[in-house]
Amino acid sequence: MLPDKKGHFGIYGGRYVAETLMPALLELEESYYRYKDDREFQQELNYYLREYVGRETPLYLAERLTRRLGGANIYLKREDLCHTGAHKINNTLGQIILAKKMGKTRIIAETGAGQHGVATATVAAMFGLECEIYMGVEDIKRQSLNVFRMKLLGARVQPVSSGTNTLKDAMNEAMRDWVTNIYNTFYIIGSVAGPHPYPMMVRDFQSVIGKETKRQILEVEKRLPDHLIACVGGGSNSMGLFYPFRDDKEVEMVGVEAAGFGINTGKHAASILDGSVGVLHGSKTYLLQDENGQIKHTHSIAAGLDYPGVGPEHSYFHDIGRVKYASVTDKEALDGFRLLSITEGIIPALESAHAIAYTMKLAPKLDKEKVIIVNLSGRGDKDMNTVAEALGVSL
Amino acid sequence: MNRISKVFQRLSTNNEKALIPYITAGDPSLELTKKLVFQLEKSGADIIELGIPFSDPMADGPTIQRASERALANNVSLRDVLDLTSEIRMHTEIPIILFGYYNPFFTYGAEKFSRDAKEAGVDGVLIVDLPPEEVDELKVYVDKDSLDIIFLIAPTSNEERIKLITKKASGFIYYVSVTGVTGARTSLDNHIEEYVAKVKELTDLPVGVGFGISTPEQARTVAIWADGVIVGSAIVKIIEENLNSPDMLTKVGQFVRRLKRGIG
Repeated sequence: MLPDKKGHFGIYGGRYVAETLMPALLELEESYYRYKDDREFQQELNYYLREYVGRETPLYLAERLTRRLGGANIYLKREDLCHTGAHKINNTLGQIILAKKMGKTRIIAETGAGQHGVATATVAAMFGLECEIYMGVEDIKRQSLNVFRMKLLGARVQPVSSGTNTLKDAMNEAMRDWVTNIYNTFYIIGSVAGPHPYPMMVRDFQSVIGKETKRQILEVEKRLPDHLIACVGGGSNSMGLFYPFRDDKEVEMVGVEAAGFGINTGKHAASILDGSVGVLHGSKTYLLQDENGQIKHTHSIAAGLDYPGVGPEHSYFHDIGRVKYASVTDKEALDGFRLLSITEGIIPALESAHAIAYTMKLAPKLDKEKVIIVNLSGRGDKDMNTVAEALGVSL
Repeated sequence: MNRISKVFQRLSTNNEKALIPYITAGDPSLELTKKLVFQLEKSGADIIELGIPFSDPMADGPTIQRASERALANNVSLRDVLDLTSEIRMHTEIPIILFGYYNPFFTYGAEKFSRDAKEAGVDGVLIVDLPPEEVDELKVYVDKDSLDIIFLIAPTSNEERIKLITKKASGFIYYVSVTGVTGARTSLDNHIEEYVAKVKELTDLPVGVGFGISTPEQARTVAIWADGVIVGSAIVKIIEENLNSPDMLTKVGQFVRRLKRGIG
């Protein structure tokens, strides 16, 4: 079972943090192991997942999209229907219940697209805990709607203007806050990234996606799918879908990275496809970095994918060949965004539109008996400004 | 015996404490860093910490973050800092410690780094985000090349962790005086004395205290309990305020002399 005792997935993962944080990570790991199989903890989590988040989410056969692409049957796992509009809340709920059990009174988080920030602010409001969200000023600009939502939910949004003014810098700042307020603060990391135990813990909380999907597809198709497709930034929605299928060798899994303006332009966020191994934010993993080990600026039209690293278990899955990683450009993602909107009446998040765009390439090549499941990780309401701008429309 | 141990031994014989200033290499230029090192030594520094600039300095406050950005604007790399150390080493025997984040070292290659650092005349290395749990991948090489490996101990470290760290550490122990990032603070944490005493109970290595020490008065207080005092942001701030001033070296020198007098 991975990770090993020290949080490694093969050569990846680990705990590359300053000593001040080590005791906090050890405490978190111990608490997580204590509660993860605790009946009462699981009952509370499942109660809120059902009654508050609205799980289980549907596995929807997208007939018109299937017909339009003329190949494999396409199912959508509707994480966009979760409360707050994305899969992020599966994890924030798990972590905040843990925070409460650990007696922490203050919650912090980083956010890129704002979906994790909103999901954190939401559960913090529900459980009555003080909440502070770090967000790069660049992201604040392009995700203004989510900033407003977080504020309405009672969270304080701290603008971060250092480095590239995006997700990685928000994460640096959240780490600085955590190291300063270590005794009363719980840091809710939003992806399968960061130091151990976060990649494992977030994976476990998000695995509800894959467990439901497996049950649902067996019920309707009486067999496992041929392909699973999900977008990968840090990689939490994809890990959540893939993980419960990891031992089902007949299921091909594809993680779709953000190619931005194109891999060859250097302006993208495809850490696995174009990166090299390094250490950032507490774990060893594939990173976009220069020859001196400085982290590169990234670009994606989807703020939630605009990150120079990837969860360490994805790096491991890449190396052992269990998951195939591909990429689509901003432009292709916009095509996916529009196609799903007009064929199915579902406006996807720009992040999830990357998975749709890859499906547009794959599905036509497959026989009609084949089954593809796409993780529709979030809805696109938050992206109206970005998409309008990209399409040259003024709102 | 290497240079770091020699310095602590000499100071201890004279009942003195070590002054360990930090500056970021390449801030504002490699040429000035060289001059700054000589100035620091002339003004009373006993050991020099040279910061390796990194794009994501998670343990640093705004002052050192900006220093790192200025150095990176000049594309200063770990290789450049090793070359700089070689040049400095032609003129002085003051111990030099490289202080940084792991990724630039990892990318350079642990084995190659260790060999090149030794050759350049580096005495020790302190990597903020390389705790004892992960350090072995570098430690095998720096041990072979007899470089010191310095670790942080924090107010959050319990006895078990202090033991784990001191077992792997050499040179001296860097006690982080506050839970937080680097940067000047108006007051010292109340528990420094108690924690330093606890660490000294568990190791024979000298203990330096850093993070948040910015005035000669604070340095004096800390030096009562510790074997060395580390001052970073307060010096980097003087550099920052005099980026284009011909007085930069003089002002840094004056401040460091006051610090040294403070700790006697």
